Amino acid sequence: MQPVIQTHNLTRRFGGTVAVDGLTLEVYAGEVFGFLGHNGAGKTTTVRLLNGVLLPSSGSARVLDLDPVKDGPALRRRVGVLPETPSLDERLTARENLLLYADLYGVPADQVPRRIEALLEIFELTDRADDLVGGYSKGMKQRLALARALLHEPELLFLDEPTAGLDPMAARRVRGMIARLSRETGRTVFLCTHNLAEAQRLCDRVAVLEHGRLLAVGTPAELAHRLWRGLCLEVELVPATAPTALDLLRRVSQDGEVEWREPVAIVRLPDREAIPDLVTALVEAGVRLYRVTPQEPTLEDVYFALHGGEEVLT
Amino acid sequence: MNWRAVKAIVRKDLTVVARSRGVLLPLILVPAIILVVLPALVVLAPTATGLPTTSLDDMERFMAAMPPGLQAKLAGLDDAQRWTVLALVYFLAPLYLIIPLMVSSVIAADSFAGEKERKTLEALLYTPTTDGELFLGKLLSAWLPAVGVALGGFVLYGLVANLTAWPVMGRLLFPNGMWLVLVIWVTPAVAGLGLGTMVLISGRVRGFQEAYQLGGAVVLPLVLLVVGQAAGVLYFSTGLVLLLGLLLWGVDAALLWWGKRTFRRGELIARL
Repeated sequence: MQPVIQTHNLTRRFGGTVAVDGLTLEVYAGEVFGFLGHNGAGKTTTVRLLNGVLLPSSGSARVLDLDPVKDGPALRRRVGVLPETPSLDERLTARENLLLYADLYGVPADQVPRRIEALLEIFELTDRADDLVGGYSKGMKQRLALARALLHEPELLFLDEPTAGLDPMAARRVRGMIARLSRETGRTVFLCTHNLAEAQRLCDRVAVLEHGRLLAVGTPAELAHRLWRGLCLEVELVPATAPTALDLLRRVSQDGEVEWREPVAIVRLPDREAIPDLVTALVEAGVRLYRVTPQEPTLEDVYFALHGGEEVLT
Repeated sequence: MNWRAVKAIVRKDLTVVARSRGVLLPLILVPAIILVVLPALVVLAPTATGLPTTSLDDMERFMAAMPPGLQAKLAGLDDAQRWTVLALVYFLAPLYLIIPLMVSSVIAADSFAGEKERKTLEALLYTPTTDGELFLGKLLSAWLPAVGVALGGFVLYGLVANLTAWPVMGRLLFPNGMWLVLVIWVTPAVAGLGLGTMVLISGRVRGFQEAYQLGGAVVLPLVLLVVGQAAGVLYFSTGLVLLLGLLLWGVDAALLWWGKRTFRRGELIARL
């Protein structure tokens, strides 16, 4: 698959601080790529470097087969960015904001009205299109900023913390719009976030960044597999049969241990295939069960394991 | 050069200024005071109150202190006429220059520092416009209205000056050759001075108010010109005005050259 973004040892220093430290990664066409990290991990600096807005201290990058340092204007014509703050002029109306950026991005003049109306419609802003943006809610501003990022129909979209500071309803709407964008238009999306549930829901692959350094990159399942062997299983028991059950579970457990949080036992098995045999053995031993639930590690588990230093993967 | 983008930046900045009362107010009040209230007061107040501006001796002493060139220009006029010509043609000329200076400073402060304060700069920097196009758009959005307001003000001042002076002079007083040079040659340069100063300051401040307060110091040379004329050290002859314009254009060129060097995406975004 053709990489849309390639970086090699990309580094940016501000005085003595290294904001991005030897970043090497590839992002492929059509994927939603999550870029995860705490505040100050270097996510925004990376977006700026990849757009040729900031120059690297060392290393290189290619975005849409262009060099951000040499081809900044040509690259930015093909890329849309939603910055961390919506960066909208509040003394202009939504329509005026979009008109301004249509001119700045060189949208063909005959297409401008149609595109603006369509985006206002998609982002549910038509009714307030001629109101000053200063009177908008945070969610409306974020939707307008997203519309602005799409105005010139970019091939690649950078979204920097698109739901930060939004209430749950507004955040859900914005997430729905991002999911639709990727699904319906096949656009490549580079999503910077520290919202792990959001990344889990939207991203095909993720990269985890800490202090400017890449800790890991892959699908959430790949990362979990690299961190933990086997599968975690929750078994909810009738308490009277617990001693027999725990004894048996210890024998089949991958690490010989069972965590007991009455009435639930948590045990690690080599893989899913071990579950039917275990259930049969428990039933034959007279153990009574309420439920047996395999636990897939979440992106949150992966993220904290990586930041906790259990294992550093590259 | 992408002129569509440049025009879009100018249009946006002017719309934003027009919708900000805090920015718009000084742009209306200061020209109104300098071009209408002040000349009317200077000429009409003595007549209306029936009080002489100075005694005969005072006027003679005052005139004796004036440069010989100016004395020659006022020869053959009576005291009231001399006072009217002095005030309307010469003393108010450097004050008139405050208008392009102030308009360009206020708009440039809003356009450069205000953009940073309102956090609207980042999205602009992500567009395909080059640093040069952004810089030019921002310069024109302050310079064009400054020159426009000054030209409109010149016409207005001409009307006010001639109307108020007519009872004393009995003829049209304004404009003379010096004023035409002042408006065509010096006014755009003064607008450039306010603009260039604000470009330099805006990179180092956090917002509009701070930029505007710091930039206010640029009015001092004009105050010196006012005082210099009143003290008889100099007067606004056509030659002096031509020279003043040349000096200002030189300063503008230096300020804008330096401003262009510092107006780079990488540096601007790093300061956000």
